Amino acid sequence: MKRLLLLLAFVGVALLMAWGFYQAIFVAPTEATMGDVQRIFYYHVPNAMLSFLFFAISFVASILFLAWRNGSPVRAQTADAWALAAAEVGVVFCSVVLVTGPLWARPVWGIWWTWDARLTTTLILWLIYVSYLLLRRFAEGAQMQTLAAVLSIFGALDVPIVYMANRWWRTQHPAPVFGGGPDSGIKDPTMLAAFGWNVLAWAAWGLMLLTLRVHVERRQQRIRHQQSVAALAGK
Amino acid sequence: MTTRLAAPERGWVALVWTHLHKDLRIEWRSREAINSMLFFALLVVVLFSMAFDPTAAASREIAGGVLCVATLFASVSVLNQAWTREIRHEVLDALRMTPADRSAIFVAKVLANFFFVTVVQGLLAPVFFIFYNLRPLGNGWLLLAVVPLGTWALVANGTFFAALSIRSRNRELLLPLILFPIFLPALLAMVLAVKTILTGDGSDPHLLWLKMLAGYDIIFMTVSLLLFDTVLQAE
Repeated sequence: MKRLLLLLAFVGVALLMAWGFYQAIFVAPTEATMGDVQRIFYYHVPNAMLSFLFFAISFVASILFLAWRNGSPVRAQTADAWALAAAEVGVVFCSVVLVTGPLWARPVWGIWWTWDARLTTTLILWLIYVSYLLLRRFAEGAQMQTLAAVLSIFGALDVPIVYMANRWWRTQHPAPVFGGGPDSGIKDPTMLAAFGWNVLAWAAWGLMLLTLRVHVERRQQRIRHQQSVAALAGK
Repeated sequence: MTTRLAAPERGWVALVWTHLHKDLRIEWRSREAINSMLFFALLVVVLFSMAFDPTAAASREIAGGVLCVATLFASVSVLNQAWTREIRHEVLDALRMTPADRSAIFVAKVLANFFFVTVVQGLLAPVFFIFYNLRPLGNGWLLLAVVPLGTWALVANGTFFAALSIRSRNRELLLPLILFPIFLPALLAMVLAVKTILTGDGSDPHLLWLKMLAGYDIIFMTVSLLLFDTVLQAE
């Protein structure tokens, strides 16, 4: 039953991704000034939105871990698994954003990279979460989980500061597509549809990855627990 | 060394003073931290000067960055030392067992490190101005506010993360890996504030960067004080 559900989930996500790809590449009209390169937008923006979502999940899970770690250790372990899994998936999505961004910027802006508000924020966000994952490899056990949760809180505090700093500094990135002013929003309905399908497809893929990763981490936690119990029993 | 164990009734300030006094006395007897930092920072200043061979105008542009990066690199080794010293003879465990407020330990360490780094900056400043042929075109007195605020941001976060990474493997390596990404906004603010002062270009009439640096200090010092106990007691 479990296998069947998993298989169905895989097939469903694959179909969604294929449909999103078809919408973005073949159905959506070519943009007037940028041409075909604008189609990167259908991957870049959904990935950026979702990476922020995953980092937010990781942040909330870290706080929950700190809150539960003394009172209810089982729930705390689940929260820690979510924090780790969301940080990992978030780094993957953030990497996609950092790769697709320059690919688009080179033909449109004429440069690969610029130290602009959102580019810098995204890069620093990526750096912080990579350092978070590094910390998790450098230390062990319950102590590491606590330290990682603390670092995650620091990282989350850093992001708004970097963002505001860069807004005062300089900006070249296009204004926000949604909620960026009275003129924002996608006007062409087929473009909006292609965008919506891709957000949905990437969200489904990311959430599937996240739940699988949480399951794996929970199992590893149980194995480690059994091993330490066995070691204490002297086997 | 005389042991002056702090009884709980000795007020918070007295407690801070006891820890600070101990750290300052150790440093006074060994002069390890200040000497190594001073020489290292001097090397960085010379290296940058040779690598870029700047003209007077270019110096003003890059000097702020060089000063910050030199301080940053130099202080990392000292920040690690500050806590590893406490690990010998299980001093840290003894401190954890005292009923005293943990924040006093943290504040005392931050003050001690701040003092060391400031001494190094004070000694280095004349060399720096000579090597880079600097003459502030803006309001030079503002440097006396910008540099301590930036140093505080570095030292407060650095002391916190050194305590965090102390029980991990490769703690010397881990500290810069987690400190630098978090410190980036403060570095940005400090570099731009110093650059505005040295070039006197009037690009920052409202002292925005100075305010941002102060805000960063307040936010991160508060969070550090709140979370320090969690980090110290992480098991």
